[in-house]
Amino acid sequence: MSDVTASHRWKIEKGLSGDFIFKAVTVLFAFSILVILMLMLYEMVSQSLPSLRKFGGHFMTGMDWDAVQEQFGALPFIYGSVISSVLALLLATPLAVGTALFITEIAPRRLGGFAASLVELLAAIPSVIYGLWGILIMTPWLQQTAQPLLQKYLGFLPFFQGPAYGVSMLAGVLILMIMVVPIITSITKEVLLAVPRSQREAAIALGATRWEMIRMAVLPYGKSGILGAVILGLGRAIGETMAVTMVIGNNPKISLSLFSPAYTMPSVIANEFAEASSPLHSAALMNIGLLLLVITLIINALARLLLWSMSRGAARGAKL
Amino acid sequence: MNTMTSANQPVVEQRTALRSLFLRNAKNTIMTLLMGGALLAVLFPLGLIFVHIMKMGLSSISLDFFLHIPRPTGEAGGGMANGMVGSMVLIGMASLLGIPVGIFGAIYLSEYGGSRISTVIRFCADVLSGIPSIITGMVVYSMLVVPMKGFSALAGAFALALIMIPIVLRTTEEQLKMVPISLREASLALGVPLWRTTLKVTLRSALTGVTTGILLAIARVAGETAPLIFTALGNQFWSSKLTQPIAALPLQIFSFAIAPYDDWHRLAWAGALVLVVTMFALSLTARYFGRTGHKN
Repeated sequence: MSDVTASHRWKIEKGLSGDFIFKAVTVLFAFSILVILMLMLYEMVSQSLPSLRKFGGHFMTGMDWDAVQEQFGALPFIYGSVISSVLALLLATPLAVGTALFITEIAPRRLGGFAASLVELLAAIPSVIYGLWGILIMTPWLQQTAQPLLQKYLGFLPFFQGPAYGVSMLAGVLILMIMVVPIITSITKEVLLAVPRSQREAAIALGATRWEMIRMAVLPYGKSGILGAVILGLGRAIGETMAVTMVIGNNPKISLSLFSPAYTMPSVIANEFAEASSPLHSAALMNIGLLLLVITLIINALARLLLWSMSRGAARGAKL
Repeated sequence: MNTMTSANQPVVEQRTALRSLFLRNAKNTIMTLLMGGALLAVLFPLGLIFVHIMKMGLSSISLDFFLHIPRPTGEAGGGMANGMVGSMVLIGMASLLGIPVGIFGAIYLSEYGGSRISTVIRFCADVLSGIPSIITGMVVYSMLVVPMKGFSALAGAFALALIMIPIVLRTTEEQLKMVPISLREASLALGVPLWRTTLKVTLRSALTGVTTGILLAIARVAGETAPLIFTALGNQFWSSKLTQPIAALPLQIFSFAIAPYDDWHRLAWAGALVLVVTMFALSLTARYFGRTGHKN
């Protein structure tokens, strides 16, 4: 692959010609990607400077969010984002990997292809529609059916206590889980398809059952790719805005109970940024945005490196 | 598992072997069922969402929905005509801005770029497409909305374009790479300049695949809501200028869904139906192009 790409790097003669101008245009546009990325970082840092200066490191540990007193601490939002995304990922990962394995290893090719395209089609549903379904169908169901049941049988745990509002951390976790499953499934599927046939054949030839083949030959080979898929899903979950904003209750409170409303970093930006009451308020929101940007940059870089290490030059990365 | 292979223990050994075979097969069956169960568990909520959108959407959609703008609270009827037109305007402008940048950038990566700088750009594009779209909205807010002193359709389109660029770039590059070098060489050998060869031969051979990428990028931004909140803002009425706030279908679905009125919820469901049908049509068309592209 690398030989092929290397051999048609065209060189053009110097001087003003059609070729030169054309190449200059392509260079300009290609480097605009770098410019955009730098510009985003620069804008976010420079806009959050007032907040960085005033609060510094305390911003991330502060518990108060008071626009009137101009006291801003982001801990409730960081807590909400981290807990909702991690719980959603914990629920979604086994489902997504199981589904991808079923599609690639077990289902007959036609059925597998059908299921895969169904999952992919559902990955294309916009998040505002998940939010619409979440707020009008899922949260009433949670309030009337699921939460009373959980409270009755698991109410002794601190996670299932308090009044059932419907809109809650639990709703946020569930909607995020539903949303990231298709993403993780489709990338994991690509990763599994890249596992060489010979790996599987070797295991089968040694007398392995199909599960043993998956466990001993397929999963170890696709390990880093699957991890990449999960981390990419985490990045999506942490940055997910609309659907979560609509169901999580938007209350900056840290509570152990999944029944209590919570707030996430993107949600507070979505709700307050357009109507920020003071320059410091909007700088504080920018500061949350900066935190979110840095977190997602790290997560995405890590995921891409893992996926690239799995297969360099494959068409996988382009899909997302 | 049993290292003793002396002749006086063959029966015992056979029995353990049989038992372990039974266990292994049982485990295989259980895991297969679990994996099938995972598929069902994944498809169930997604199917549920789909059914609800169909049911609620079809029962609330009417001709009015496509012809009228939202009515004031308390009045029945009304539609989202301004949102649909607004979305089309935003997507059209975003495409005009984003698609050329993506395609020409991809030409650089596949035709000219040194391998190291190309890898860096590719990596940045991948990372860029993973940045939450609300951040894109914030950046465009401080870059365009603040200096222009107002929310505008232009700012919204610019935010959407930023989201489209990395998607178009990566898909186009993959497609260009698949065009055989011999095609380029044949054209160059006929004396066609490199830039014309790139446009007329290389890009053209990859056109179906490139179209797929563009359609997928459009499908992605058509449903974006978060980057529009502080750029396009939304509008209850028709907007006549690109420097004014403009309505968009996803924004209207959002604000109507969180409002406490049943009439507005009905409109939101109808809007969701329109949006989902559009998305599915786009991705099915993209798939169709993708498939014919691969056969050639």
